[in-house]
Order: sequence, then structure tokens, then C-alpha cells
Amino acid sequence: MAVMEMREALNLALKEEMTRDEKVFILGEEVAEYNGAYKVTKGLLDHFGPKRVIDTPISESGFAGLAVGAAMRGLRPVVEFMSFNFSLVAMDQIISNASKMLYMSGGMYNIPIVFRGPNGAGPRVSSQHSHNMESVYAHFPGIHVMSPSCPADAKGMLKAAIRCNDPVVFLENELNYSMKDEVPEGDNIVPIGKGDIKRAGKDVTIIAWSRMMGLAKQAAEELNKNGVDAELLDPRSLKPLDMPLIAESVKKTGRVVVVEEGHFFSGLGAQIADSIYTNLFDYLDAPIVRVAQSENPMPYAANLEAATLPSVAKILQAVDQVSYRN
Amino acid sequence: MASVKKEKTQSIAREKLVEMFEKMLLIRYFEEASIKAYQQKKIAGFLHTYIGQEAVGVGTLTHKLPQDSVVTTYRCHGLYLALGGSPREGMAELFGKVTGCARGKGGSMHFFSKDHNFLGGHGIVGGQFGIGIGAAFKSNYDEDNAVSFIFFGDGALPQGTFHECMNLAALWDLPAIFICEDNQYGMGTANSRAIANTEIASKAEAYGIKGYTINGMDLQEVHDTMKKVVHETRTTRRPALVHMKTYRYFGHSVSDAGLYRTKEEVEQYKQRDPILAETQYLTENGWMTEEEIKTLQKKVRAVVQDAVDFSDESPEPPVEELTRHVFRDEEIA
Ligand SMILES: Cc1ncc(C[n+]2csc(CCOP(=O)(O)OP(=O)(O)O)c2C)c(N)n1
Ligand SMILES: [Mg+2]
Repeated sequence: MAVMEMREALNLALKEEMTRDEKVFILGEEVAEYNGAYKVTKGLLDHFGPKRVIDTPISESGFAGLAVGAAMRGLRPVVEFMSFNFSLVAMDQIISNASKMLYMSGGMYNIPIVFRGPNGAGPRVSSQHSHNMESVYAHFPGIHVMSPSCPADAKGMLKAAIRCNDPVVFLENELNYSMKDEVPEGDNIVPIGKGDIKRAGKDVTIIAWSRMMGLAKQAAEELNKNGVDAELLDPRSLKPLDMPLIAESVKKTGRVVVVEEGHFFSGLGAQIADSIYTNLFDYLDAPIVRVAQSENPMPYAANLEAATLPSVAKILQAVDQVSYRN
Repeated sequence: MASVKKEKTQSIAREKLVEMFEKMLLIRYFEEASIKAYQQKKIAGFLHTYIGQEAVGVGTLTHKLPQDSVVTTYRCHGLYLALGGSPREGMAELFGKVTGCARGKGGSMHFFSKDHNFLGGHGIVGGQFGIGIGAAFKSNYDEDNAVSFIFFGDGALPQGTFHECMNLAALWDLPAIFICEDNQYGMGTANSRAIANTEIASKAEAYGIKGYTINGMDLQEVHDTMKKVVHETRTTRRPALVHMKTYRYFGHSVSDAGLYRTKEEVEQYKQRDPILAETQYLTENGWMTEEEIKTLQKKVRAVVQDAVDFSDESPEPPVEELTRHVFRDEEIA
């Protein structure tokens, strides 16, 4: 197995899929000559040429819409948003067009597009550059939402997303791009809708994805020192959720903490908690505890930013609460 | 009415003109039937008719080749029929029946036809520009020599997507023809109250492409000029902007009382009605007798009546349809 950064794993997935299928192309701001704002598309222009690796002007709505039309006519676009904050400008294309097209055309036009790019808070970039978009996109039927937490998943999940015949919102994380880990060789597809247990444990289930899984891992180590054996569950697909996997874990531990980087109110964690309450109530030994971003725009000041975001300490506190230890 | 058409060069062969005339009749009668069905509560929601604008769609799309794509607004029935979409499936869509062109899930604003690369009627003003240039992009990608027809209302001109997509199309040589169906109003707002410069074709200059202004009430002018524009775009791969001056006789949708314009104004345009004008042209040139026109009208009315009957008799979508077509890969969801 090769060891590589998350950005390299994503790059490899793109390269392999573009090699496999000529209909796949990538477009976005700075993806070609600049090699990507975060170097995810590095070398692709040299390899595939400007027909398939396309620098766009700053026109999110325009090029996201172009991708929808191209997909209707049989191409398979990968749209890179420099960050998902800027996807808001293209939201009408993603939601009103991409997610509804198959349905409102009575099954005539499916939209095989991957909308990908970094999601969530970058370091110290303040209010307009720190959005978490998962709960927003997951709200609408017709799009899948995925978010990897390690290089191996990043590669296998992106390949699944590109092969999917429907729109996928693929949420990466700037702070994870340089995370290094082993990535299996070859066509190691991680199917849409399949979660993963990142650490097996018996006392409490911590559900987390993307960058939050890193915090959850640190928390699990701390807990281990105190004799608490945490199970770490990464849904990987945020929609659809791997409810069988979640059920298995909840039945084992009886206690759940859901960690998300996005805001508390209407966050995806609320949906996960509801799905557990509705289907697994009898297996719970305590009310689910959620850790999420506080209800304010992201401040710039270092101390305020830290106070806004989930942290290892907040996760430990949540585990204490769900275990009635405080 | 004066015989304005006499001095025409007869650039259009008789068969072609009769074919286009029949399409205009079909659209007119189809829309009249839809209004009636709406009043009978067989159709609900929004219903935006194409009456008055028939010459624009028919005169333009007669130049469409099979590989070309077409996209438009919610005012989509006319183009669907102009392309050869089935009147039965169109009417059934309005009736919300499973036999409709979108299985009763799209409704009045969302007609589609894969057979004609009709990429839909779209309900968000300005939302379809990207789809249109995407189809043009595909044509260059696959080198299939297609063009993409993007229809939109004057009300979409102030939308950002218009300018973004004009820029992208011009920047990347995408063979897209932007066709502004200027019926002079966006709902109740006269375009002089919405557009900073109502010389719409002049917007082309800003993107370094050609702009055209066409009298959209004149089928033959639409046909002749669009022939040139389509050929040019097909061969040069340069996009174009076309300003079609047209008019809708009915309200924005069926619920519109029309208080923002005078009856005289509407009447004035009805005097220039393209169906009336071509009826006159066909008879005065001896291409059709009045009797033949009546027979044709009868035939087309029968087609529309058949579509209504078909829709009346068609079943509603079975409840299993509710969750079908959310995803193509249904096993994932
Ligand atoms: C983005 C958006 N804003 C507002 C509306 C509501 N709306 C529907 S049609 C319309 C007027 C559009 O007029 P125009 O583009 O001239 O087309 P026409 O109806 O005249 O064919 C408005 C405001 C909408 N559908 N989408
Ligand atoms: Mg208008």
C-alpha cells in the first residue's frame, strides 16, 4: 500500500476515473494551469489536456449550470468549487436543476455530476469562508452527500461518486488535504451509503465525519486512558446514511455522541439523532448528545474561533454527559 | 387587413410554409384547449401559454437538426410542439397523468423530450442558460456539429446567469444561440422598467458576438433570419444573441388580470397575428384555398381534441411513482 496525502488520493481517483471514462472531465477555477487552489488537480492538465481539464472564470452559477447541461447530453462533469462557500452562488443550479431534473422529467434526464471541493472552516478565514454545507445539501432529495475523513476513503469514495449516475456533493476539507495515510492500490471503491467503524469499542458510539473524525480519534485516546472504550463511526455518506451500521453500533454501546463541524440548529446531527431515536430508542441508555458549531458566524479572533468550533474537550465533555459522569 | 406579405421573395417553399403554418395552428389550438381545460379544473398550478409567440418558436426550430439541443422557460408548450413533441403526451402532462411527457411529475412548466433533445421547460427565471451552454459544450466535446437553442424571456435579461453564460459561451466558442423572446413584459413589469438598455441585441457587443433583432410576429422573417444565424453558429461555433420582438395575447399565466397594459395595445398586436398573416399569404399567393385552410384547421383541431380525450382517459400516476426517479441508481437510495 502506498502512503499519500489526502489531496494525492483525490488526485489519483480523478486520474484513474478520467482514464477509465472519456466522458469524465473536470472544470473549475484554477484547476488547470494553476494545478488547483489546493493542488488536488495537480498534473491533470498536463496529462489530459485542456479539453478535459478546464479553467473557468469566476462564474460558479454559469459553470455549474454548464455542467448540468453537459450531463443531460451524456457527459460526466466533475465540478470543483474552490470552496463550498462559493457553491452558494451556484445553489440554484445544484438544487433546482441538478437535484430535480430526473424527477421532473419523469425519469428522462439523469445528472451524473460530482460537485466537489473543500467544505467547513479553514484556519482563521472568518465569517464568509467557513460554511459547512452538508446539512443544506442533504436536505434535498435527488443528491447524495459524501465526506471522507482519510486518504483511503477519499479515493474510494470519489471514484464511487464519479461512477454514480446521479448528482453527488462531495465535501472535502482544507485542513485534511495534507493528512497522510495508506491508500490501497487499484479499484478500491467505497460505495455510496456505506459507513465505516474507525475504532471498535463498547462503551459509547461517537459518530463523526470529515475533520471531526480526527478530533474524535484524539478524544477516543484520552477516553481509553480513563478506561472508556469508544467506538468511532464514520458514516462517510451523509446521505444516504448507513443506518444498518449505526444500528449495530448503537445496539452494542447504548450511548451516542454525534459530532459535526456545522451549526447546531438544523445540523445533520439532528437528523442522525432523530433517525436513532425513531428506530433504536429501546437500545439507548441515555439521550444522545450533540457537539456542533455554536450559533454565531465564524469570528476571526483565534480564541473566539476556537470557542465556536467543536473540540476534543467538547467531545470528552459530551461523552461524560452521555455516560452520566458529570 | 392589408396584404403585407405580397412583396415577399417567397424564399420559403410552399410545403415548408404549410408545415410551419400547421405547427402554429397546432400550438394555438393546443393552448386554447389548455386554457379551457384549466377553467374546467382539469389543469391546475401555473399555466403560461404561448399564444401570440408561435412564429418565434416555429420559425426558429424549423432549422433544428436532430443532434441540436433546445432549452427554454416554463412557457414551454409551444416549443415542445414545434419540435414535434406529441400533443397527447403534452396535454396529458398538463392534466397530471402518467402518460404525460414527464409522467405527470413535471407539469406545465417542465416539458421534456429526449427524442428531440428538448432539455426542458424550466421554472427559475434565468436558470436554463447554463443548461443551454452545457449542451453546446458537449457538442464541441464530442465534435458532433450541433448547436444549442436557448430561449428565454425579456425578464431573464437582468439575471446574472444571462451575463455569465453569454461570457462563457463567447469565451469558449460554444455554439449557443441565445434567443430572447421579448414579449415586452415580465409578468406585469414592462421591460423598460426592468432593462437598462432595451436595445437587447446590443448586449451582444459586450461579449464580442453578433446580435440580431427580428420581428417575431413575422414567421417568414423569423425563418429567414434564423436560417442565417443557425448556419453561422453551426459553422463558426460562435454564439449569437437574437432579440425576437413578440407579444403574448393572454396574461402572464391564466391568473393574470392584465391591468398593466391596455386592451388597445393587445388588439394592435392581434392585428399583426402571425397565423392571420400567413393565412392571408397562403391564400393570396394561391398556395392554399380557403377551403383547404378550413380543412387543415379542422384536422389540427381534431388532433388537439384527441389529445384532450387521451388525457381525460389516461390514469393518474400510480402511487409507486412517488419515489421513483429521485435517483437513476435507485439501489443506492
Ligand atoms: C428567479 C425567479 N424569480 C422570479 C420568478 C417568478 N416569475 C416567473 S415568470 C416571471 C416573469 C418573467 O418574465 P419573462 O422572462 O419576460 O418571460 P415571459 O413570462 O414574459 O415569457 C417571474 C417574475 C421566477 N420564476 N424565478
Ligand atoms: Mg416577457
